[in-house]
Amino acid sequence: MDFDLNDDQRLIKESLGKLLSSRYGDFAKRDSYIKQQDGFDRAVWADYAEAGILALPLPEAHGGFGGGPVETMIVLEEIGAALAIEPYLTAIVLCCGLIVRGGSDAVKADILPKIASGAAIAALAQVERGSRFDLHDVSLAARKDGDHYVLEGEKSVVIGGGVADHFIVTARTSGQRRDLSGITLFLVDAKTPGVSRRAYPTQDGYQAAEISFGQVRVPAAQIIGTLDQGLPLLRRSVDEAIAGLCAEAVGAMAALTEMTIDYLKTRKQFGVAIGSFQALQHRAVDMQVQLEQARSMAIFATLSVDEEDAATRSTAVSAAKVQIGRAARFIGQTATQLHGGIGVTQEYKGGHYFKRLTMIDQMFGDSEHHLRLVAAAGGLLPAA
Amino acid sequence: MDLNLTAEEAAFRDEVRAFIARELSPETRAKMILGREIGKKDIVDWQRKLNARGWAVPNWPVEYGGQGWSPMQEYLFQTEIEQAPAPASLPFNTSMVGPVIATFGSAEQKAKFLPATANLDIWWCQGFSEPGAGSDLAGLKTTARREGDVYVVNGQKTWTTMAQYADWIFMLVRTNPQAEKKQQGISFLLIDMKTPGITVRPIQLLDGGHEVNEVFFDEVKVPVENLVGEENRGWDYAKFLLGNERMGIARVGVSRQRLRRVRELAALERVGDETLLDQPWFREKLANTEIELKALEITQLRVVAEARKRGKHGQPDPNSSILKIRGSEIQQATTELMMDVVGPFVAPFPASIDDEDQTNDPPIGPDYAAAAGPTYFNWRKISIYGGSNEIQRNIIAKAILGF
Repeated sequence: MDFDLNDDQRLIKESLGKLLSSRYGDFAKRDSYIKQQDGFDRAVWADYAEAGILALPLPEAHGGFGGGPVETMIVLEEIGAALAIEPYLTAIVLCCGLIVRGGSDAVKADILPKIASGAAIAALAQVERGSRFDLHDVSLAARKDGDHYVLEGEKSVVIGGGVADHFIVTARTSGQRRDLSGITLFLVDAKTPGVSRRAYPTQDGYQAAEISFGQVRVPAAQIIGTLDQGLPLLRRSVDEAIAGLCAEAVGAMAALTEMTIDYLKTRKQFGVAIGSFQALQHRAVDMQVQLEQARSMAIFATLSVDEEDAATRSTAVSAAKVQIGRAARFIGQTATQLHGGIGVTQEYKGGHYFKRLTMIDQMFGDSEHHLRLVAAAGGLLPAA
Repeated sequence: MDLNLTAEEAAFRDEVRAFIARELSPETRAKMILGREIGKKDIVDWQRKLNARGWAVPNWPVEYGGQGWSPMQEYLFQTEIEQAPAPASLPFNTSMVGPVIATFGSAEQKAKFLPATANLDIWWCQGFSEPGAGSDLAGLKTTARREGDVYVVNGQKTWTTMAQYADWIFMLVRTNPQAEKKQQGISFLLIDMKTPGITVRPIQLLDGGHEVNEVFFDEVKVPVENLVGEENRGWDYAKFLLGNERMGIARVGVSRQRLRRVRELAALERVGDETLLDQPWFREKLANTEIELKALEITQLRVVAEARKRGKHGQPDPNSSILKIRGSEIQQATTELMMDVVGPFVAPFPASIDDEDQTNDPPIGPDYAAAAGPTYFNWRKISIYGGSNEIQRNIIAKAILGF
C-alpha cells in the first residue's frame, strides 16, 4: 500500500507543472489559444512533444517512455489544474492506447512516431446521434469490398475532430445496431475522399466536430484490433481514458476548491471576510470532503486500469466515474454559488473550471449511466 | 503507487481472520449479524480471548501490553473485527482511559488499573458530557473541591454509555472555577462507581434500548491519588484521548459487512414475481452506497499511509474528520437500506431490544427484520457523538482550509 509518487513521477509532475504555468499562468492566454484556427495553440503541443509528454505513454519500442496509468494520472491532473485545452486525453491516452494494443506492426511503425513528435493528431469517432453513452451502439456501416472496407455514416461530438489527421472510427461490420459483436475499429486518414467535417467550439473551450463518412474506402490493413471484435479493445482503452479523465477532474476540482477558499478569505462584506461566516465555511468543507473522496476514486480507477479481468476493471472505473461526476457537479455548483456574481462571468477563471467539470461528467457516460453499469454488474463488494 | 498489501500485511490479515473464525463465539456472532444488542458477557468474553492472544490493547505502549503495530496493521486488525462481525473492544477501556493512564498516570495507577483495564476486569465508563456541556465540552460544571486527601465531587454527567455495567468512571471535573480560561480549571479523575453518592439513571433511546445514562454525584468523596497527572491539566489529557477516538471512526468494515448483508437479504425479499434485488432502483441505491464506501475505504487508507509518516506521536490528522463525516453518513445509509429490505416488517416495536425475553420472539416477519427499525433510529447518534458532524466541519474549516 503506497500512495506516493516515485522520483521519476515527481519529476514529470514538476516539469509539466512548470510548462503549463508558463503557458497558462496568464489566464487571458487561454482565450487566445481557443480562438486559434485549430482550437488550441500548436506551440503548446510542440512543448508537450519536446518535454516528452506526448511520448510518455507509448512503448519504448516505438520511441516512447513506457509510462503507465500512474504517469497518465499525473499528466491529466496537471492538465486539469491548468484548464489546458489540448486534446491530450483523446489523442494520446485514448487513440494511442487503441493503436498500441490493436494496430498492426506497420501501422504502429507509421503512426506512433508521428504522434509522439506532435506531427500528427488522432481522434476517436465513436458517438452517434442515437448511441448516447453505449459504446456498442454502432450504426455507421463498413462494407467489405475486396481488400478494402467502405464506410458510410455519421459521427458526432468527436473531440479534437476538427484538427485530427487520423480518425479511429467505430463501425458495424456485422450484426444489428446494438449487438456486442460485429463492431470493428478502423484507422482512417482524414484526407481520404468522402470524409467531411464541421468543427465547432465546445462549452469548455475544446473543439469538436461532426464527421460525415460518405463511401470512404479504407484498406483492411487499417483495422485496429480484430474484425467484428473491436468492442473489448474499445472498452479497455475507454476505461483507461476515463481513469485519466477522473484525474483531470481531480486537478480541476482541487484548483477550484482552493480558488473558492481564497475568495472567501479575501472578499469582504458587512465589514468582514465572508469566510468568517460558518454557513459558508461548512459549504467549503463539503467541497473539500467531496474532493478527497473523488481523489480516492481517481486513484482507485488508475490502479484498476491494468486489472486483467475486464469486468472487474470496468466496474471499478465506472464506480470512479460515478463519484467523480457527482463531486464535479457539487463542487462546480457550490464554487459558483460561493463566488456570487463574479462566478457566472466569462472573464473569471472559476466559471471555466465549472464548465469543464460539467462536460467531464458527460464524457464517456455520465454518473447515472455508470451507476447503472455498476448496479447491473452486481455492485462493488466481492462476496466475503 | 500501489493498493496491494505486502505479503507480510496479507499474512497478518489472514492470521487475524483465522483467529476470529476460531475464537469468536457463534452465538455472539449470530447476535451481531441479526443486529441484536450484545450484552456485557459477549463483550467481556471476547475481550478476554483477545487479551489471552495479546491483542486486547495493541495500540497501547508496548510495556503495558501494546503490540507496536504499524498504522496499517491496526487498520487491518480493526477492519477484520468489524466485518467478522465481532464485538468492538470497549473504547472507554482500550482507546480512552487506558492510553491516558499509560501516558500520564502515576506508577501506582498504572499497576492498579492497566492490566485490569486490558482484561476488562474493570469496565470503564466516560464522564465527560453534561446537560449543559455537549459540543462545548469545556463548559462542564461538575465540581471537585479538595478537602484534605479527598476530592468532593458534585454535579451531573449525561449520555454515559453503559454506566449500568461500569465498575469505574473517568471524569472531567472542574477543580478551579476561577481559572482565566474555562479549559484551564479542569482535572481528570478516576472514580469507583460503588462510591456512596453516585446515582445512575437510565435514558431510553428511540429504539427502546438502554445504552446511555445520567450519572449524578452528590458529595462523592474521591481519594486524591485518583487524580490523573496534574491538577487543572485535565483538558490536555482529554484532547489526547479524543484524538485517539477519531482513529477508527470510519468503521469501513462495519459498513462493508452490513452492505453485504443487505445484498444477501434483498435477494430473499419478494417483489411481485421478482426479488427486491432485481429492482433497478434498489440495485442502484445499493451500488451508490457501495461506491461511497469504496471511496471512504481508500481515503482511510490514505490517512493510514500518512499516519505512518507522521509517526506514533504525531498530531492527529485533521483528515480523520472527513472519515468521521463520511463514515457516519454511510453507516446511516446502510440502516436506510436495511429498512428498504424489510419493508412493512419495520413496524413492530420490540418493548426492549436489550432484554432478550422481551424481543418479539418468535419474530414477526423474517428474523432479520426486528433490528431494522431500531438500528435506523438508534444510529442517528453516529453523526452526533464523538464530535458532531458539524463540529467536524469546524475542525476541517480551521485545520485544513485555514479559516
